[in-house]
This record gives sequence, C-alpha cells and structure tokens, in this order.
Amino acid sequence: MKPQVAFFDFACCEGCQLQIANLEEDIVGLVNVVDVVEFREVLTGTAEKYDVSFIEGSITRPEDEERLKDIRKRSKLLVAYGSCATSGGVNKLKNLNPSLENVQKTVYGKDWNMPHLRTAATKAVDEVVKVDAYIPGCPVNRKEVVEVVKSLVLGHVPALPEYPVCVECKFRENVCLFQKGQVCLGLVTRAGCNAICPSNNSPCEGCRGVMPNPNKNAMHEVLKENNLTVKQIFDMFTMFSADPEVKG
Amino acid sequence: MSDKSMHIHVHHVTRVEGHGNIDVVVDNDVIKKIEWQVPEAPRFFEAMVVGRDYMDLAPITSRICGICSIGHTFASLKATEAAMGITLSEQDTRLREILLHGETLQSHVLHAGYLAVPDYFRVNSVVPLVGTHKEAVLLIIKLHRLANELCDIIGGRTTHPIRTTVGGWTMLPTEKELVTLKKRYEEAVEDLKAVAGVVLSVAGKIPNFTRETEYISLTSPSEYAFYDGMIKSSDVKAPIPVSNYRTVVNEYVNPQSTAKWTKFNRESYAASALARYNNNYAQLSPLSKTVASMFGLGAAACHNPYMNTVAQVVESVYAVERTIANIDWILDKGLKYVKPDIKVKAGKGASAVEVPRGILFHEYEYDKNGKCLMANCVIPTNQNHGNIQKDFEKLVPEFKHVGKEELQFMLEMLVRAYDPCISCSTH
Ligand code: SF4
Ligand code: SF4
Ligand code: SF4
Repeated sequence: MKPQVAFFDFACCEGCQLQIANLEEDIVGLVNVVDVVEFREVLTGTAEKYDVSFIEGSITRPEDEERLKDIRKRSKLLVAYGSCATSGGVNKLKNLNPSLENVQKTVYGKDWNMPHLRTAATKAVDEVVKVDAYIPGCPVNRKEVVEVVKSLVLGHVPALPEYPVCVECKFRENVCLFQKGQVCLGLVTRAGCNAICPSNNSPCEGCRGVMPNPNKNAMHEVLKENNLTVKQIFDMFTMFSADPEVKG
Repeated sequence: MSDKSMHIHVHHVTRVEGHGNIDVVVDNDVIKKIEWQVPEAPRFFEAMVVGRDYMDLAPITSRICGICSIGHTFASLKATEAAMGITLSEQDTRLREILLHGETLQSHVLHAGYLAVPDYFRVNSVVPLVGTHKEAVLLIIKLHRLANELCDIIGGRTTHPIRTTVGGWTMLPTEKELVTLKKRYEEAVEDLKAVAGVVLSVAGKIPNFTRETEYISLTSPSEYAFYDGMIKSSDVKAPIPVSNYRTVVNEYVNPQSTAKWTKFNRESYAASALARYNNNYAQLSPLSKTVASMFGLGAAACHNPYMNTVAQVVESVYAVERTIANIDWILDKGLKYVKPDIKVKAGKGASAVEVPRGILFHEYEYDKNGKCLMANCVIPTNQNHGNIQKDFEKLVPEFKHVGKEELQFMLEMLVRAYDPCISCSTH
C-alpha cells in the first residue's frame, strides 16, 4: 500500500504548501508514490492515521498546541515543513518584543484583549512535539522536497547539507557580496537552496537556519577580513529565526 | 430534526487558503444563526516590523501571504518609496507590472483551475479530473507553470521574490529571456481560450444568486489598474487618493473574526477581480472582453459574487496581453540596469496595489535613519469578510428550501468564489 501522507498548516503564509502545486507536472509523479489523504488547501476529506504528516507553520496559541499533539499521536512520522515550522521563521520576530501586550495593542488597538484574539509566544514545531525530519527554507526548495519525500517513502530519514550556502554560491561562480560591500549570512547558513539569494544579487538572510559547527567553517576568513565575529553575524539572524539553533 | 430545521457547521472550509468556518442554524424554518467565522491565528506583522530597517520591510511583509507574495512585496516597496520620495524609471515600473501580472495569472489559474472548478464538477479536488478531463488539467498545469516561470525569471523565485528591492531591482532578466517569455506568452493565449471554454462548458453550475454591493478597486486613466492608480468606489463618483485610504477601509474588530472587517458607504464592500471588472470594464483588452461576453458578461456591472471566478478567467487573458505589450515596450527601448539611488529620510507613505483577490494597502512611517515606526496593512480578504457575511445573510433565506446538503455546498462554493486568502487577511 502507498504511504498515507497528510499536510497541515498552522500560523504561516502557506507559501510552502504552494510549492507542492508549483511542482506542476511532477505532482502526478508524487501522487503515484504516495496517497495524499488530507490536505485542506487542495482537497476535501480527512483521515484517521497518517504514515507521514507534513506540518507547515509555527505554533502561537494553546489550542494549536493541542491540535498539533493530536496530529502527532496519529502520525508515524512527522516532518517540520518550511522555516515557520523548523525554526518559527518570521513569526518569531514577535518574540523579540518584550511585551506581548504591546504586540497585541499595536495590531488590535483598544480591542486587543478580546478572547478570540489571544496569542502566546511563537514556537517552532519541535518546541511542542517530537519531529522526525526537517525541511527548512522560506519557502522550501521544491527539489529538496521531492528528495525528502523519496527518502521517506524508502524508509530513510533524509540528511540535510552540513555546509554553508557559500559552497553553493562559489559553485555558481557568483561574485561574493562582501566584495561589493554587503553583508551576507550565507557564511553561516545551512546550504540546500542552491544559494538562490546571492545568485540574484541579494544577500542571504539565513532563512534555512544556522549550519552545524559554524565556527569550523572554512569561510571564517571572510568574517575576519570584514571584522565580523561569528556572534555578530548570528545577531543578524533575526529575520527568520530569532534564536538561531541548529535543526535536523 | 425536521427538514425545516438544520444545522450547517463547516469547520475549516477546504480548498481555500487559511482557516474559516461556516455556522448556520435554522430551527423550524426560522433562521437562528448565520455566521462566516475566521479563527485564523494572528501573526502580528504590523508589530513585528516596528524597529526594522526599511530594507527589511518588503522581505518580511512578503511572508504575509505565499500566494500573493509579489503583490505584498510591491505594496511594501511602494509604501517605502512614497515615504522617502523615491521614484523609479518607466522601464523598472513596467518590469514590476510584468512580475505582478505573473502572479495575477499564477493565482487566477490556481484558483479557477485547481480550487473552484472541482465544485462545478462536484468532485473533491482536481485529482479526479486528471482521469476524466486530462487534457484540460494538463493545459491548466501548463499555464500555471508558465506564470511561475515568469516569476522565476523576473523575480528570481516563484514565491517571495528576491530581485525586487527599494528603488528598483537587484538584477534584471536578459533581453533574450524576455524574447523567449514573450513568445511563450503569445502561444499561451490559445491555451487560455481553451481553458475558458472548459470553464464555460460547466458554467451552468454557477448558482443564480445576486446581491448588489459596493465595489472597491484601483482605477487609472491609462490602463485597467493593477500596479498603480487611485481608489474607486462604485458608490462614489470621484476617485479617492490612496493617501486617504483610511477613510475608505474603516477597519474594525468583529468578534467572529481574527481578521478585521471594513466598511465604507454600506455595511460591507467587495474587493475582488469582480470589483475591478465592474469598475474598470472599459479598459479591458478586446480579447478579454470577448472572453467575458462568452459568459454573458458585458459593460453592465455583475452582482453575482460566484462570477468572481469568471472575472478571474477574463483577467488572466488581460494579464497575458498586458505582459506581451510591456515586454514589447521594454525591448523596443533596450534594457538598461540602473542601480537604485536611495536617500534615506524620515517620512510616512501609503500605497495600494491590485493583487489577485482585490485591493491591497500598505502604509509605513520611518524615522530619519529608515527605522520603521508604524505599519498598517489592509488585505483584500479582510475587506471581503464582511461582504461574505452579507452574502450569506441574503443567500440562506433565499435558498434554505434546497435542503441542508445543497445549501452547505452553495455556501462553501460562495466562500471559494471569493478565493479568500484567510491567513493573509488576519496576518
Ligand atoms: S516558511 Fe516562509 S514560505 Fe513557508 S509558510 Fe512560512 S513564511 Fe511562508
Ligand atoms: S558570503 Fe554570501 S555572497 Fe559571499 S560567497 Fe557566501 S553566500 Fe555567496
Ligand atoms: S540564500 Fe539564504 S535566505 Fe536565500 S534561500 Fe538560501 S538560505 Fe534562504
């Protein structure tokens, strides 16, 4: 029997789900190897148990924690899908504000305290339940998604690249943005996106999270040349993961 | 329960972006409750961006919505540019319009083809149609792919564009890429006509329901407005400057929704492809008008909200033709890269862009170092929630005789016709 796969979304932009539709003709191939039993955005229907659940988005309310725990109970494997799920993504910018009340008042003004508007600090999926595999990226890289699904179907836990975006960037023969006077987080960010931002002449913002052992990184020289410390560059990791931590 | 009593409770409507519920209670033929509820978790974007550098605003607010990330990016960049008095060359503006219409086509095809049309065939998703209507599905995939490839080539990525930046672009496509795109777009016109034909063949399934409302969109003297213009309401004669958008949207909090509601001259208004169609029909291209006429649409305003899907098909044709014209203009002048020239200064600025689901506003205030002090974003779907509620309130009494199952189907189909972006509306 084909593995039963489901997609669930929590607080996020749903851009990572959209990458499934963006597989275009490849969707047909995907549907041949897995049975998509629940995917609210594209089909009507539900199921009781799942072989693999993909969780998109971050967790911001107690009731969402409960919903996630329930999905976990009914799933053999659970994948954190996209940066919102793997690290909290942009949604964790909320946590940088020392006062949740201020956050709520900024958006809802005098109505901030209405019961249906309550919120909590943003959490990544693995701050609530056990995660078996991670697919980082904001949005996820479609090729990587296909690879991960393939290995899961074959019963392997997929491995993520353990080197920085710089390696992919050099491979694409880009001129380093540091040479153009810009700061780029590709130095310490986990590869896997084929250095898509620097290749479009835009600095890496670190959406895929920190690579393992960034201090052993051969690119360390570039930091020295630019009078930057690893800590300083970590402090720049606020757009996509307010508290950088290696995942996966 | 007798057949004069029913309880319709749809928890998380499917085939829409984000989470919405329908709750209808009829007790012995008396309507007790009709609610369109939005329980989506707020992410608090307007608070997240306070204190951020002006260059971060577009990449962060792009993440309000995966489906219209390009529209959010442009609304954001335009608001920042308005606040700091930054202008773009005509070439760079036209390139933005090309990318914006890549998204118009991508999103409209996704909605009409993958999400709405299964309703007309009474199937649960597009998947069964691969078996029964393979050719049509393949055409839809082909168009969707083409629109996405345009976004890749111009924006650097299909979702959350990379090359878009304050004052212009970080990088341009090559002329060769533009020539190839144009050729493929010319070929796509026939495919679009074929898809319109498929939609037409099942258009008899579109419910016969009308409710006149206020239609709000951009309008421009020079074109069928998407990238720029002034605000037009079907209830007001003179266009309204975008800087006065707060007098139009009048956002307020409603206990049944985490997304704010809006109202202008009536209890609710519509912002959608249909609103644009009703306000700016005269400026559509001849071919898009022909496609509209296939569905019985003309210059007269259409008050059937289900027809929004048809308006999207019409606009898809327009988006393709407008893109071809823009590419011609750019190739004719010769493509030149000019690095954005930015002088950071304090200021406040508002912008509006027509995104697939309707008019989108961003407004920011910056200090002299370009640090964001205030942000406000008003999303098409948050402007539509009140209107969906009002449609429900007219539809339920008119159609409750059709029975629970059929009525529930009509309500879900109505929500889908708005193509709501619910997580975006709450943001
Ligand atoms: S990771 Fe990025 S693209 Fe994916 S859902 Fe979150 S915000 Fe959207
Ligand atoms: S620092 Fe950035 S631009 Fe430079 S090589 Fe690394 S990824 Fe590329
Ligand atoms: S280059 Fe950096 S910001 Fe861009 S996709 Fe890759 S990891 Fe994310």
